[in-house]
Amino acid sequence: MSNETDPGLGGGHNSRAMTEADLKHAYYQMVLIRRFEERSGQLYGMGLIGGFCHLYIGQEAVVVGIQMELKQGDKIITSYRDHGQMLAAGMDPRGVMAELTGREGGYSHGKGGSMHMFSSEKHFYGGHGIVGAQVSLGIGLAFANKYRGTDEVSVTYYGEGAANQGQVYESFNLAALHKLPCLFVLENNRYGMGTSVERASASKALWRNGEPWGIPGMYVDGMDVQAVRAAAAEAVAHCRAGKGPVLLEVDTYRYRGHSMSDPAKYRQRSEVDEIRKNQDPIDRVRRELLAMGVDEHELKAMDEQVKAVVTDAAAFAQASPEPDPSELWTDILVES
Amino acid sequence: MATEILMPALSPTMKEGKVARWLRKPGDAITAGDVIAEIETDKATMEVEAVDEGTLGQILVPEGTENVAVNTPIAVLLAEGEDASAMPAAAPTAAAKPAVAQPSCAPSVAAPAAAPVAPQPEKDWGETTEITVREALRDAMAAELARDEDVFLIGEEVAQYQGAYKVSQGLLDQFGEKRVIDTPITEQGFTGMAIGAALTGLKPIVEFMTMNFAMQAIDQIINSAAKTRYMSGGQMSCPIVFRGPNGAAARVGAQHSQCYASWYGHVPGLKVVAPWSAADAKGLLRAAIRDPNPVVFLENEILYGQRFSCPVDEDFILPIGKAKVEREGRDVTIVAFSIMVGVALEAAAKLAEQGIEAEVINLRTIRPLDTQTVVDSVKKTSRLVTVEEGWPFAGIGAEVAMQVIEHAFDYLDAPPVRVAGADVPMPFAANLEKLALPNTDWIINAVRQVV
Repeated sequence: MSNETDPGLGGGHNSRAMTEADLKHAYYQMVLIRRFEERSGQLYGMGLIGGFCHLYIGQEAVVVGIQMELKQGDKIITSYRDHGQMLAAGMDPRGVMAELTGREGGYSHGKGGSMHMFSSEKHFYGGHGIVGAQVSLGIGLAFANKYRGTDEVSVTYYGEGAANQGQVYESFNLAALHKLPCLFVLENNRYGMGTSVERASASKALWRNGEPWGIPGMYVDGMDVQAVRAAAAEAVAHCRAGKGPVLLEVDTYRYRGHSMSDPAKYRQRSEVDEIRKNQDPIDRVRRELLAMGVDEHELKAMDEQVKAVVTDAAAFAQASPEPDPSELWTDILVES
Repeated sequence: MATEILMPALSPTMKEGKVARWLRKPGDAITAGDVIAEIETDKATMEVEAVDEGTLGQILVPEGTENVAVNTPIAVLLAEGEDASAMPAAAPTAAAKPAVAQPSCAPSVAAPAAAPVAPQPEKDWGETTEITVREALRDAMAAELARDEDVFLIGEEVAQYQGAYKVSQGLLDQFGEKRVIDTPITEQGFTGMAIGAALTGLKPIVEFMTMNFAMQAIDQIINSAAKTRYMSGGQMSCPIVFRGPNGAAARVGAQHSQCYASWYGHVPGLKVVAPWSAADAKGLLRAAIRDPNPVVFLENEILYGQRFSCPVDEDFILPIGKAKVEREGRDVTIVAFSIMVGVALEAAAKLAEQGIEAEVINLRTIRPLDTQTVVDSVKKTSRLVTVEEGWPFAGIGAEVAMQVIEHAFDYLDAPPVRVAGADVPMPFAANLEKLALPNTDWIINAVRQVV
């Protein structure tokens, strides 16, 4: 449904400033993710979503900016905070929301849940619940691109909480050794669950962590979608040209807790309020669009479109039946 | 239309909580995402965010109220132009209630039972020749590398060194460095990389120098390779083989002498194969490489140099999931796999001298287990001895015995007996190591307990 109302890309690729059409596209996508996540939080509160549910609110500019530089066939993999990546990749909000509620209409027929969704159509490889484990899988996606001789890129997202996992460094080494077309996107949202990056990482410049392997590092303000996209343009071009991996650290912030059951005692409310008030990525784009002369009514109409998409997804996710009991025993092995 | 703001749950188990604080007051304009209240339980505090925009109407539950049930309306959000007295037109319907119906216990039948299939005699592949298990494994990989461009071999020392145990001898020269790939000693990294490649449809053969080192990557094997098909609702598959020597070798100590059959055999989403002879090795490795699922292929270092007759037919392949009766007998069924098949056959020969005819079953596949062949045999012999090199507790013998109890209890004339490795980390000293590993005498003694 989102595709019908999406203003779409409008060119202006490598410049720092986006065209009005691109900026509207970014605005729409970011608002879609935020409203979707707010609704997810609401459904969780109503008991319709169970278990773990990690919201992406505050980090929207990261996936939207990166996605604008990808082309059909590029592969994406991420951690368990994955709803934003899926929506940005063009997956159907209905299917994502219905997976959150554990229903038949979900991407995994309710067998994956919030943390485990996949789309072969959109080349989205999940949705992984073990911190850092998607990074070694991500270089495998890049390995496959190289093996097949395509110019496709693998985008491997992980958080600063995974940044010091051993297998991340094993993956850096292999990716650099084989010059794999892998864009490592390190989403630094400042807290690995309740532990701030300052208390968890001896390395203070995470974007430099690939230097021992000769992996170029970049750092970008993740609350500015235009800056993210410009950085992604450079990084993706490097990977696509066969020059090997890039590590892009994106400075971002999660407004909500680590998961829904996070008491959030590890940070001051004022810290969250300050960032929401002064650095919100959606407000920023909104202001820029208004300054460009875009009519407020047009933005309001987009807000309403998003609202309709999310309301529709939430209704679908509640109306879709629970999976048939026979689903318990299917999809364990490929039957040959 | 006005909407109700409901008391949210912090977790699926939360039933009630305290409305600790209202951060907004009636009449305030609210936009989606605004934090409007805080709620508390004995464990945690959570913020309540508005999902829609509007004006905060009536507060239905004042701050400080304890024991507010989840889903109780706590305030009203007014749409544009509505009056503070407006109330929602209708209470939220049943949709707001969790639609969870937990069965009181698991279904009594664990899985849909496969229809019993009459065992078919193994195909006769004609002419054979004597080759070592090492050559059989290499030939299997060479045949599959030649057959399918998507197959590649990756692991430590598989290419230039020609294999730590020379299993991949000559493959680099034959297929080149794109298809035969040396890795650094980083099991998590290269295993994860191979699994990622397999998720896109490539068919990696991952060689572990020994299966002991695969423990570094057991998370990748189980969480990423075995579970992804299920977690993706059947969208993804992971056609990959994890192979390498398993179990004890000779005097290599505790960290290099462990059997992983029971570890991997435990996991739905994996197939687990443990060949004994050269024919097993060749036929089953070809089947494993062609299988669209992740297959753990457990070899044995001591068997690598042993010679067996093996069909020369270039299409020779064996089905995964089929055991082989290596020796027929009427008095007792001995079930073994991998190197213990040879030990069991030696024991059977000695028992024959004593007038006891043992039937020896080579399991070949651990998962899916060929229960039918074992059960059919026990129905004939009424006695069961299981043999494995690994530890006894929760081992393969325990599973085989339980299958027999479930499917042929009334046929048993004696309790099943397990022969297994000593329940200790493998010692280094030659005499102690010998004491830790099953031999023909252990098997003969076990058989004499039941016959």
